[in-house]
Amino acid sequence: MSAAVTERNAPFLLTGPALLVFLGLVIIPLGMTVLLSFYDWGQYKGIVPEFTLKNWIEVFTDSYFFEIFMRTFRIAFLVTLAAIVIGVPEAYILNRMSPSWRSAFLLVIIGPLLVSVVARTLGWALLLGSTGLVNQGLMSLGLIATPLEFMFTETGVVIALIHVLIPFMILAVWASLQRLDPQIENAALSLGAGRVTIWRRVILPQIVPGILSGSIIVFALAASAFASPAIIGGRRLKVASTLAYDEFLNTLNWPLGAAIATLLLVALVLITVGSNRLIERRYAQVFE
Amino acid sequence: MLRALHYETSKTSMSHLVLDGLTKRFGSFTAVDAMNLSVERGEFVSLLGPSGCGKTTTLQMIAGFVDVDHGGIRLDGADLVSVAPNKRGLGIVFQSYALFPHMTVAENIAFGLEMRDIAKADRDRQTLAAMELVGLKGFADRYPRRMSGGQQQRVALARALVIKPALLLLDEPLSNLDAKLREEMQGELRQIQRSVGTTTILVTHDQHEAMALSDRIVLMNQGRIEQIGAPDQVYDHPASAFVASFLGKTNVLSGIGDGQGAAAIGGLVLPLPGAGKGPLQLAVRPERLTFAGAEEPGLEARILGRVFQGTHWLLTADSAAGALTLMRGNDGAAVPAEGETVRLRFSAADAALLPAGAAA
Amino acid sequence: MRRNGPLALIFHGLFVVFMLAPLLIVCVVAFTPEGYLSLPTRGPSLRWFKAIFDYPEFIRAFRDSLWLAALSSTIAIMLAVPAALAIARYRFPGREAITALFMSPLMVPHVVLGIAFLRFFTQIGISGTFVGLVLSHIIVVIPFALRLVLAASYGIDRRIEHAAISLGAGTATVFRRVTLPLILPGVVSGWLLAAINSFDEVTMTVFIASPATVTLPVRMFLYIQDNIDPLIAAVSACLIAMTAILLFALDRLFGLDRLFVGSGKG
Repeated sequence: MSAAVTERNAPFLLTGPALLVFLGLVIIPLGMTVLLSFYDWGQYKGIVPEFTLKNWIEVFTDSYFFEIFMRTFRIAFLVTLAAIVIGVPEAYILNRMSPSWRSAFLLVIIGPLLVSVVARTLGWALLLGSTGLVNQGLMSLGLIATPLEFMFTETGVVIALIHVLIPFMILAVWASLQRLDPQIENAALSLGAGRVTIWRRVILPQIVPGILSGSIIVFALAASAFASPAIIGGRRLKVASTLAYDEFLNTLNWPLGAAIATLLLVALVLITVGSNRLIERRYAQVFE
Repeated sequence: MLRALHYETSKTSMSHLVLDGLTKRFGSFTAVDAMNLSVERGEFVSLLGPSGCGKTTTLQMIAGFVDVDHGGIRLDGADLVSVAPNKRGLGIVFQSYALFPHMTVAENIAFGLEMRDIAKADRDRQTLAAMELVGLKGFADRYPRRMSGGQQQRVALARALVIKPALLLLDEPLSNLDAKLREEMQGELRQIQRSVGTTTILVTHDQHEAMALSDRIVLMNQGRIEQIGAPDQVYDHPASAFVASFLGKTNVLSGIGDGQGAAAIGGLVLPLPGAGKGPLQLAVRPERLTFAGAEEPGLEARILGRVFQGTHWLLTADSAAGALTLMRGNDGAAVPAEGETVRLRFSAADAALLPAGAAA
Repeated sequence: MRRNGPLALIFHGLFVVFMLAPLLIVCVVAFTPEGYLSLPTRGPSLRWFKAIFDYPEFIRAFRDSLWLAALSSTIAIMLAVPAALAIARYRFPGREAITALFMSPLMVPHVVLGIAFLRFFTQIGISGTFVGLVLSHIIVVIPFALRLVLAASYGIDRRIEHAAISLGAGTATVFRRVTLPLILPGVVSGWLLAAINSFDEVTMTVFIASPATVTLPVRMFLYIQDNIDPLIAAVSACLIAMTAILLFALDRLFGLDRLFVGSGKG
């Protein structure tokens, strides 16, 4: 019967076009990039398609690169930590608001996600500059005597990235809060639990999966962020992505840039897939 | 091609549906096992059974949404299996109603007519008639979302009937309604089906619904037909322990046949033509068990518990022939208390001899 | 549900200030009458907004960005709809892997994608062209389109389609008259989210844009690299205002929570 044949082929016919596009535009280019990282390069000879481990040896042995990768992951870690500390209570507060207030504030919190990251980072550059509003405010309050250095520092990059990425954490936690039975807090109260106990023993365990999946998103995006570190960190404070950018568009050492990019990709895939596995194993019963 | 057939069926009077050795397997699981059934024109037949018995799969195969592994389906003698599901011209009412949520009531009902390229004026007239038939006049521009379950049910019925289907398939159509509405709709459904005269197959797990609506009930279990018959016939003469226990409450009592057309159940000896020699099993309905008079032979039973149900008492008891349930009308007479011993009797006509080896 | 205490509200207030401050400062600075970065203490001026029109690069980049967003999200949705229907309703070998592949541009750093596309496009000779931009943007926005169409597709009761089939509708008619209208909210919001993300994309695009074809965020990024002045604040303020209007419209049309949490059904 012909219907049976189409029924069997249907998924492949339907996903076929997108699959072809992904094959041609993701798999092949990524493969070529990995390949490129094994090519030779010279100031005058350019890219030479000869197999060499030169770039990889350089990336792994030069302390300059080590420092930059360490900084990248340190920034990502700090941003993730801050996103948890600020985002989880904020999501909880949002969830307890009346629906109309909640949707209004959701607009405020999610809205910036849709604003170009360049415009948002420009705002932080204006606020954090040595004559920026934050320093002026702190000085006029008498809290500090000389302007704090935010621009071209890790602190500045972390602050800007928290702003850019915290909506992802709030959305992830809020989604898991919505799955909570609203009566569950009352159930705990009726059993004699105090507010702190309810939080620690009842609410938190149920939203941990949301926090963890939010953390993975925030960490991955922070580690691969480009525009914010480039604008706030400038050329002085490099992270992995701005380093790769410089190798590609300034030094023009594409093979080295490709090695840096590949390393960033592999490190992130290992970290995210690894922690995902961990979460799924530990919290399988909470998820379903 | 089917349209021609469809018009033909509405004129001729010998239309009927034949399932011939119909079989469906999912992997190693046999959902429907060599099912044979013929349905007369205008008949209302229910496929009744517990979930997983194959009744829904059978319906899906008739509708064409599930492929047939073996066997045939014939409508008016013409093969249906090779006809694409959208060319079969069957009316289907789904359990979830499956109304088009983005279309109004009128648009929902007119959809099938539109697919048949029926002119607008004709379409409107027929849609209106269908809405009247199911009592939804004036709801034309309403969206399904804004209607009650019962009203949605009527829309689904009108949508299925308006195409004048050769066959109406009902897939648990009343299971989403509350008890009171369900009873109302049962009566109405039966009356509409009678007035339209469309051959109807109902799939249900609700024995009361099957008994209230059907001309014949097809009892299914584990992909096989256990029994086919009119509701009262199936109820009174279950062909197997499964049928007896699935249709209403029943007692399965063990006795001993003497090999000469009689059997002893405890102290009760009954003439039972067809009873062999040795152990046998009988199905007896709780309402057919009565108390034996002092002089009469009877089956001794000890009352274990009693539950009041308004119109009657339900008594559970233990006897030499097995555990049993009996019913005592709330007619003012005294009801035996827990721990009392009573003597029970029933006539041979009230008992159905179960085939040897059949388990409940 | 229990109410928030005063401490919670203070925390919330500070957080809202934190979220809005950088956006507000950009808008305020954009109105300065001075020739340098400053708050408009002498009263607001439209000087820098008028100045935008003296920089046709920004106008052209804006127009290119709009085209790019419209084209890439339209193609992405055309790829995502059949893929989502297949994933939502069939169990087939490789289903999980295919889904993960289609969602992967969310997790692959955009720097890496930018480098990969730069290398690939240079090799096949479309480096720095608009076609290259469109192709690369299709990839990065497909996950957004797919996620929302997928959520809508999962919500469909297949028996509704069966009902249409039983009433005589063929495959094409079922899709056009029943399936598509049912997933339409997902398709529209998926398209919009894809378009917004394409419009905002900077990290990947910075690698593959050329002076001839440059998007607005990339133009702004390159400008900021050189110097930060009230002009760029004015451009950013325009962008923020546009996004705010769009956001408001989206919230009215679909509800933002549904758009982002992606759990809703049509």
